[in-house]
Amino acid sequence: MNDPAWIEAALTGARAQAIAALLRYFRNLDTAEEAFQEASLRALRTWPLKGPPRDPAAWLILVGRNAAVDAARRRKRHEPLPADDVLSDLEDTESALADRLDGEAYRDDILRLLFTCCHPGLPATQQVALALRIVSGLSVAQIARAFLVSDAAMEQRITRAKARVARAAIAFEAPGAPERAARVAAVAAMIYLVFNEGYSAGGGANDMRRQLCGEAIRLARLLLRLFPAEPEIMGLAALMLLQHARSAARLDAGGQIVLLDAQDRTLWNRAEIYEGLALLDKALRHARPGPYQVQAAIAALHARAARPEDTDWQEIDFLYATLERMQPSPVVSLNRAVAVSKLRGAQAALELIEPLGERLAGYFHFHGVRGALLLQLGHAGQAREAFNRAIALANSPAEAAHIRAHLDRLDADPNVRPAGGPNRRAS
Amino acid sequence: MLYAVLCYHREDEVCAWSKAEDDAVMAKLAVVQDRLAKAGRLGPVARLMPTTAATTLRKDSDPPLVIDGPFAETKEQLLGFYVIDFASLEDALGTVRELARANPGGAYEVRPISLFHPSHLPA
Repeated sequence: MNDPAWIEAALTGARAQAIAALLRYFRNLDTAEEAFQEASLRALRTWPLKGPPRDPAAWLILVGRNAAVDAARRRKRHEPLPADDVLSDLEDTESALADRLDGEAYRDDILRLLFTCCHPGLPATQQVALALRIVSGLSVAQIARAFLVSDAAMEQRITRAKARVARAAIAFEAPGAPERAARVAAVAAMIYLVFNEGYSAGGGANDMRRQLCGEAIRLARLLLRLFPAEPEIMGLAALMLLQHARSAARLDAGGQIVLLDAQDRTLWNRAEIYEGLALLDKALRHARPGPYQVQAAIAALHARAARPEDTDWQEIDFLYATLERMQPSPVVSLNRAVAVSKLRGAQAALELIEPLGERLAGYFHFHGVRGALLLQLGHAGQAREAFNRAIALANSPAEAAHIRAHLDRLDADPNVRPAGGPNRRAS
Repeated sequence: MLYAVLCYHREDEVCAWSKAEDDAVMAKLAVVQDRLAKAGRLGPVARLMPTTAATTLRKDSDPPLVIDGPFAETKEQLLGFYVIDFASLEDALGTVRELARANPGGAYEVRPISLFHPSHLPA
């Protein structure tokens, strides 16, 4: 029972619930965090000797609360109290507290904690950093590593975010139904941001950055346990699981990006695919579609195709069209263009994305997709131009290397002739 | 007699295991499972997906009500099960203690089985 890894997992598992309850009690993020920290230290001392408590969250809340109250008293009276005083008689109070933790109050506690981290006043990067620090319990150094910034810069970013949240004064009374729904939506968006930080990392990324995907999935499951009948949360969890399932196949041994069509599908994680498909099935029963469900459905069509040529591009095109209506965005149209190129050819796809040029001028993937389409049509010169622009906008060394490989093939292939003009079609 | 060993644990905690921790626990459990398998006493073993993937059909209303999530909201969740042939309850508890050493925390419920259909699924 005194396996430190096990205790670590117990602390991580109980963290959100414990800090959420401490936040309600103290109404101050720093105090709640310090109280949890103190309780965790005592757990590391006590649990190996006494064995784990039946309900780690309840134990941590009680011990954390008492420790913080004691600390406040000590500061007031300038006199020391017996150190482990609070640990006596824990058995009775623990179960009583555990009972009170059930139900709606506890659900709103955790939602409030999550929502605190994605306050609309915070820029996306601060939301993600704050959530990773407060909810996930990653150290400042770990988060700094994930964002490729210095510890000092990350410390400052988190301190600023906390100060802004403290000024914003989140309401502590139980939210009404519309308020609750708005909070859930904001939290879902924040969780997907965490996921994408990890997912966009690519080959040069460190382990810490890639771990963000797993952390986002854990947070989505946590949110889904609080709101088990929300189809969009099911969709979000399904989407992330289905995308993450492809992780092992997305990069080759040299860290180069492998496109979906070329991926070794036996490397896809079946357990994550099945869980994603199961969640999507559950979501669709509700007949309340939303953007996460549609994106998950697209990912599911890829996951269900045993070979690239088995992919149901017709359905994917339809789903992207649905997504364009729900959430109009040039990036969605760009993604749809890939399906269109499979169904109706590169020219049709190119016509779809040309009007996006102005809005996506600074977007790596736009120039990458455009270059690939131009190349298919035999417009080597224009393709080269597009690829050069993409390289300049690459977000990671792996992205740059992927485009570089296109250019190298262009240089090496004598059959690719310079483009004759924008209207010339591939033979 | 055949026993079901139902595995309960705090899902929050199991979800917080790293891949390495998860692999380590599975490897320790496999040692116990291998011995039972070699003795011809190990039946089906299942690890369940998270409770968020569960759907419950409440059949105490007509028509039955379909609810998202597991049957019971409990501190510990049913995360998997074994079917094992034990000579007695003492025998069962002996083996379950070994499983508990391999995967501490939570609880194992030992429940004799009254009706057992061997699997018809392809291996």
